[in-house]
Amino acid sequence: MSKSEKPQKLEVRLSGSGGQGLLTAGLILSQAGALQGLNVTQTQSYGAASRGGSSRSDVIISDEPIFYPEATRFDALVALTQESYDKFNPNLREEGVLIIDTVFVKNYTISSQDIYALPFTQIAMEKLGTSLFTNIIALSFLVKVTGIVTDKYLKEAIKDFKPEFAESNIKAMKLAFKLAEEYDQPAQEKL
Amino acid sequence: MERKKPVLMQGNEAVARGAVDAGINFFAGYPITPSTEITEFMSRELPRRGGVFLQMEDEIASIAAIIGASLAGAKSMTATSGPGISLMAEGIGYAKMIEQPCVVVNVMRGGPSTGLPTQPSQADIQQARWCNHGDAPAIALYPSSVLECYELTIRAVNLAEKYRTCVMVLSDAMLGHMREPVNLPDLEHVNIIERIKPTIPPEWYKHYPDNAKYRAPLASFGDGYRFHVTGLAHDDLGFPTTRPDEVDRMMKRLKNKISQNIEDLVQVELFGDESARIAIFAAGITARAAKAAIEIAHQHGKKLLLVRPLTIWPFPDEAVHTYLSDKKMIIVPELNQGQLSIEIKRILGKSKKTRKIVEVHKVTGELITPEEILKAMKEDN
Repeated sequence: MSKSEKPQKLEVRLSGSGGQGLLTAGLILSQAGALQGLNVTQTQSYGAASRGGSSRSDVIISDEPIFYPEATRFDALVALTQESYDKFNPNLREEGVLIIDTVFVKNYTISSQDIYALPFTQIAMEKLGTSLFTNIIALSFLVKVTGIVTDKYLKEAIKDFKPEFAESNIKAMKLAFKLAEEYDQPAQEKL
Repeated sequence: MERKKPVLMQGNEAVARGAVDAGINFFAGYPITPSTEITEFMSRELPRRGGVFLQMEDEIASIAAIIGASLAGAKSMTATSGPGISLMAEGIGYAKMIEQPCVVVNVMRGGPSTGLPTQPSQADIQQARWCNHGDAPAIALYPSSVLECYELTIRAVNLAEKYRTCVMVLSDAMLGHMREPVNLPDLEHVNIIERIKPTIPPEWYKHYPDNAKYRAPLASFGDGYRFHVTGLAHDDLGFPTTRPDEVDRMMKRLKNKISQNIEDLVQVELFGDESARIAIFAAGITARAAKAAIEIAHQHGKKLLLVRPLTIWPFPDEAVHTYLSDKKMIIVPELNQGQLSIEIKRILGKSKKTRKIVEVHKVTGELITPEEILKAMKEDN
């Protein structure tokens, strides 16, 4: 998937463990889509616990009305845990974009998909002092490499989300944009 | 002209916004997943707007509180799920018996019992019909999108006032937590039904007029009109009676005010091709999978029709007759083990035309996918 051949409808799954901020990431991405005037559905699935357990957020963005609200064949998959990678990678489209956090995803295979493998959690801790920014970094990275929404609306949505954290979240976004621009594919050295 | 910007909103929030826009000024509740966001919204917004929010000790107290508030003149509502709705059943029957307007939202989750608290189901469809002991009809609405959560909650508040009864809004864990951009209408374009206060001399007032005029003035406690309220069978003034003629009149009124106003109550959406030989009957969140299935089928040159009830109770018998009785096959996908399909069979069972009713059930807390609907169609075709 590249920006030039962007299909009309994009299905994104953000997956990992409860507490990694995936529902927030899904919320910001859908807000960006809504601000851009696109049709959006955001759904989520999580267990009864607020920490731990598998958690996912689906965002579908389209020019057309969206009927079925869950992502089934993903155009992009963000997996922040091994479990979520193992479970959801089979449903990533062949030409889909895969973004994984190598702090937690150790076993993965290189295929025809666009793979972006980075230690997002570690980067967040080292550059921003806390792993709390992992979700914003992974999300902004996704936006930059897919162009699913424009940078402008992502920024606006981040600011809308929690104005008191806007400054540090924007910093995380800019860091992710830089990572995306500098990223060398394929990640052969990871094999 | 500048277009109003759509706002990203969750289904539960849309229900709550619809409620306050319809004039709900009293909410009592006990939080329970997946309905909690409604209670949260009300706890934040109602005090700001001069309304009352009460966090109750349980769901029995919640339904009792909203009935009491309604008797005192408030437009009242509560929201719950699963085990909570079971606890409210007695109170719901009481509200119907005393003909006092109120609204109950049931954001359906997997059951029975504690079941799957965070996952969607449509397993309370029949419970919504029979959520009381005794013989009383039900009004229940089931939206399919975030915008409809807003619209149908307003409609539920209006219908409660109009028909003097407890109206249920059904939602589910997926719809309640789903976000979509919505453009809410300006309030001046929203039709709100207000309670009419009596102006006649108090001694002429009958709390339960025996004509079926359901826009009759309704006095509240404290208005200076004397009336009696009891769950016992009662006469026109509300006093207990066992006189067969009075009991019969009361019971018929409860039934007829619904059964004689089907046209006003029932809303159905048609989607796809009316001339199709295969149709889907689906409600709420599952209707979205049906629409997606219809889109896929159309891309392959295959025609399908969806009949979607927005009003689940009273059941849209006439629409089922009109749009489904000539179909070769009717697919009924639902997140339970056959609660809508039993009605379809009841309605179409007497007709001689041969047709196949294909049931698609799922009770695992997951949604039925468009592919599963299409697969059921192919396998049985």
